Amino acid sequence: MKKRFRLSEFLAEKLITATAFMSFTFIVLIFIFVFRETLPIFSAPDEIAATEELGEQETYGNIVLTDAERAVEEKQNKSIAAEEGVTAKNLAGDRWQPISGKPKYGLLPLIIGSLKVSLIAVLLAAPIGILAALFTAAFAPKWAKEALKPMIEILAGFPSVVIGFFALVVLATFIQDFFGLEYRLNAFVGGVALSLAVIPIIFTISEDAISAVPKSLTEASLALGATKWQTALKVVLPAATPGIFASVILGVGRAFGETMIVLMATGNAALTSADPFEPVRTMSATIGAEMAEVVFGETHYNVLFLIGSILFLFTFTLNAIAEIFVRQRLMKKFSGN
Amino acid sequence: MYSGLSLRLVLLTYPKGEIKVKKIVATVLLFTFSSSMFAADVITVKGSDTMVILAQRWAEMYMKMNPNVTIQVTGGGSGTGISALINGTTDICNASRPMKPTEKQKLKHRFSSLGVEIKTAKDGIAIYVNEKNPLKELTVQQIKDIYTGKITNWKEVGGIDSRIILYSRENNSGTYVYFKENVLDDEDYSPSCQNMPGTAALVNAISKDPNGVGYGGAAYAKGIREVAIKADANSPALLPIAENVKSGQYPITRFLFMYVKSKPSGAMKEYIDWILSEEGQNIVTKVGYFPLR
Repeated sequence: MKKRFRLSEFLAEKLITATAFMSFTFIVLIFIFVFRETLPIFSAPDEIAATEELGEQETYGNIVLTDAERAVEEKQNKSIAAEEGVTAKNLAGDRWQPISGKPKYGLLPLIIGSLKVSLIAVLLAAPIGILAALFTAAFAPKWAKEALKPMIEILAGFPSVVIGFFALVVLATFIQDFFGLEYRLNAFVGGVALSLAVIPIIFTISEDAISAVPKSLTEASLALGATKWQTALKVVLPAATPGIFASVILGVGRAFGETMIVLMATGNAALTSADPFEPVRTMSATIGAEMAEVVFGETHYNVLFLIGSILFLFTFTLNAIAEIFVRQRLMKKFSGN
Repeated sequence: MYSGLSLRLVLLTYPKGEIKVKKIVATVLLFTFSSSMFAADVITVKGSDTMVILAQRWAEMYMKMNPNVTIQVTGGGSGTGISALINGTTDICNASRPMKPTEKQKLKHRFSSLGVEIKTAKDGIAIYVNEKNPLKELTVQQIKDIYTGKITNWKEVGGIDSRIILYSRENNSGTYVYFKENVLDDEDYSPSCQNMPGTAALVNAISKDPNGVGYGGAAYAKGIREVAIKADANSPALLPIAENVKSGQYPITRFLFMYVKSKPSGAMKEYIDWILSEEGQNIVTKVGYFPLR
């Protein structure tokens, strides 16, 4: 039969092609934008604009000040004279004090903070997510499977600000009382809250990977006399390893990039200690808290974009690794070649 | 998949959000100008979180009396407000600290005006502790030592034997800057300071932490206890109450400002005059800050 040209189909096809490439373009543009805003840090420092004589600022409202009030005003004015505008030579330092007479942009505590919270979150979420996935895919009766999977996936769409608020108000008190902690808000509270956001990701992808293990493998194992448990642990789980690994990697990426939960639950103190029960300040929370305040084009602004670039590269690498594992290893394994 | 998303959003929304708001305001303006003879005036106010409740009360009262004026109030911090004034996205900026020379310079570059400063109210920064903390008074020097990490136990300032847990504001807060430069003499905060996003969060944290200490506007001090402050060891211990703050005797007193680009005129002038009038200043007292007179 001869194909007929249909205008609507032609247009629809072009439209979806365009949309597909649009998201691609957006990502590239965002990439360029983030890196471009980072660059000024690495170029030669601008001559700090000569402190030109500004003269008196106008005031409005006729208030005659008393002496005590004039002292208050003078103190408030004097204090503000401390100048900012220093180059970012100290990126490797261990102090994050961007608002200061001598700003310190040490990224070390922020990187440690992000790693610490992500690690705690994934250590908690991975076992739970994977075991839940194993149950759902290999053991659960059909009705349980049909109920569990969508429910846990809904958890993924839970607004992170709600999880963060819950952690700030309820979880933090509970954990402090339970462990008798000195700091109410700390990396551990943040990690526990974050794991709620990570579990669904690990669960969903692991579940897909386990379900994708060919029936023939399971049946062969059972036919040889292995029990259901032996089959699940020794046959199904190893076969699904690449997919599970990928899910964990994506979970780390999610934990690393999450902002609202850690901003609310971790105390945001830029410390470098390894103690999981001390407050931390993560890279994402730093951007979230400070981006709204900086003056565009300042060193502080550029440093925040540098942090953004680091986060971007990190999650990008993790996503790429996960993709390679799922696509290449897993597919090769089951395609029979 | 999900991982990069939150970051991208953070990076995207800020500048875009600003533009959007501007556009909406512009559209509203256009619409009202074209559709009616009685053009409604829209005044946008942005800045200090310390002042946001005060600014909202002012706006509500004023709009009740002048229905043809619309006043939009948002917080975000003094730094945010001043940036917005410089970027031209707000008409009035609330600030709990004076503008820095660099900020004035930027404003001059943009609008060839240094801006106009309006003192609108006074505020005493209170030092909060948990209700259960028996501590009565502190000197300014002791507060400085506590916040720079030289004093780490309540015992050292005459309290119980337990570690001091420091709470601070995020560094976009005018109170953060004011406290650092006036109380800490521009030394850095101890790294173990926990930075809370907003005074409400800080008060909430201290009300649940028996060893916590924090600072903030006196208006927020509900459910926790304020400590009396001494300028030095020999001066009287004062609480941030009306007479101490109004007279300027309380050691951590400051002005709360409004900044505009140029000498106010029209609807904005009327609004600012009203704020400085007795009626506007009464609201200051009601919210818990201190009037100029």
